[in-house]
Amino acid sequence: MTNTLHRYGNAISFRDDYILFAIPSKGINDEDCIPKLKEFLRICSRHSPVNMGNGNRSSLAPEKGLSPTVHWKRIAVKDWQSVIEGVEKPGTVSAVFSSKENAEACMKEIVAADLGFSINMSTSVENAKKAAEASNIKRHSVEYSLGFNDPHDHLPDSKVLALSTMCGHGMVSFNMAKKMIEMVREGRRSSEDAANTLVRFCPCGIYNSDRAKRILDETIGKTK
Amino acid sequence: MIINHQKCIACGNCVAVCPMNAIYVDTKINRANIDDDACVECGTCYRGMSTENLNPRFARTIRKIAKSLRFRMEPEPDVCPTSAIEMNELEMPRLVRQIFSDPVVEHTSTGIKGRGTEEVKTNDVRLRVDTGEVGYTIEFGRPGVGVRFSDIQKMTRTLANLGVTFEKNNPVNHLLTDVKKGDLRADILNEKILSAIVEIKTDINMVEKILLTVREVNRDIDTVTAVGISTRCGEDGEDNILGPLLEKLGYSNFRAKTNMGLGRITNKVSFTKTEGQIK
Repeated sequence: MTNTLHRYGNAISFRDDYILFAIPSKGINDEDCIPKLKEFLRICSRHSPVNMGNGNRSSLAPEKGLSPTVHWKRIAVKDWQSVIEGVEKPGTVSAVFSSKENAEACMKEIVAADLGFSINMSTSVENAKKAAEASNIKRHSVEYSLGFNDPHDHLPDSKVLALSTMCGHGMVSFNMAKKMIEMVREGRRSSEDAANTLVRFCPCGIYNSDRAKRILDETIGKTK
Repeated sequence: MIINHQKCIACGNCVAVCPMNAIYVDTKINRANIDDDACVECGTCYRGMSTENLNPRFARTIRKIAKSLRFRMEPEPDVCPTSAIEMNELEMPRLVRQIFSDPVVEHTSTGIKGRGTEEVKTNDVRLRVDTGEVGYTIEFGRPGVGVRFSDIQKMTRTLANLGVTFEKNNPVNHLLTDVKKGDLRADILNEKILSAIVEIKTDINMVEKILLTVREVNRDIDTVTAVGISTRCGEDGEDNILGPLLEKLGYSNFRAKTNMGLGRITNKVSFTKTEGQIK
């Protein structure tokens, strides 16, 4: 599962946030589904995703046994092939896009591929409606997020919340999001490096590195 | 989760990583420590951090020299330089923390990873929520707060009292000892987890009552909640009922997960499309 529903932000802030996922259902369309799940990911990989995941790993995973040279140079390469080849059993697979054009083009190709799985899009209501219209399909069901109830004032400011909630399982802590904001603000990390640091904590591969970079840039007043 | 003090060099990187604020550097022994009561066994420190295998003695010496010169050793912020974080074997009831908090651990009760079920993501083939019905996912504890089962029980008891239908395949449902009363297993009530999702279903007329109830109960429990609310669209692909109702009730429901209706039966032998529910 991926848990993408409660991302913090208003409708406009989801302009660069589209998550597509395929879910096989046990006893219904899970027979011999591995090649088709891989095909879903292959299709997604052709439309410039910013992240992909197969339930076990994301395209930018934590690295074990690093050399100390990473203190001076660390290259973040998103590895689509490992995500595709790593699909071993039926489960949710997903891809994240940061542009309407790429998400809609991918959706069209998925519709044409007719894989038989349930396909969902997590974004703003309007974005998903437009994507369905562009692919000439009708939405079946919709689940709305009603946001967070926080009567005891636990939650931090909106930027930290927006960065943290892009991992829907809560693996990106508030403190880590704050730390990245501070490191970017102090010029100790680029917004791209900071975004990639956050991506590595999300094991499902649904963290949107482009949106994180934009939020970090906005936070330090680099862009509006 | 434990921190191996033979390896830890007290760099403090893991402190910010923990979603529950459970890790701190104990300045008396100059090592990181975990507050076991606050830790929810989510594995973020163990699995989410990259690692190096620096010699701890060497790294401590370098840090001491740097400190004396007022230099700052700044390892990559997501790296444990000496691979000091280790996962220990857990037993019930503590094991329930990991099952509900670590997203890569599969729930034995549902056979899926994560904290909920397929909700309406497979509604096109399972029809869990049909026309005129409304599904709810009530999530507790996320982001960054956590929740104890004793607080979740306050909600399940109140909802059970309203006569809602609990989703049979939801992990929390498997911990209910009395579905009609909403009682959870006594041995887990004090366990803290990163988040859990209670899933229920009602007819459309109950929406306002349920949402008000969730808000009221939330005031009595020291955590955050997030509600997802779902329905089946009409033949034209439009939701002309729930969305407008939510707007009328004052909710800004602009974020959604949308099932595109592309699922179909492809297995040679398939189960029925609807799943049983416990009333």
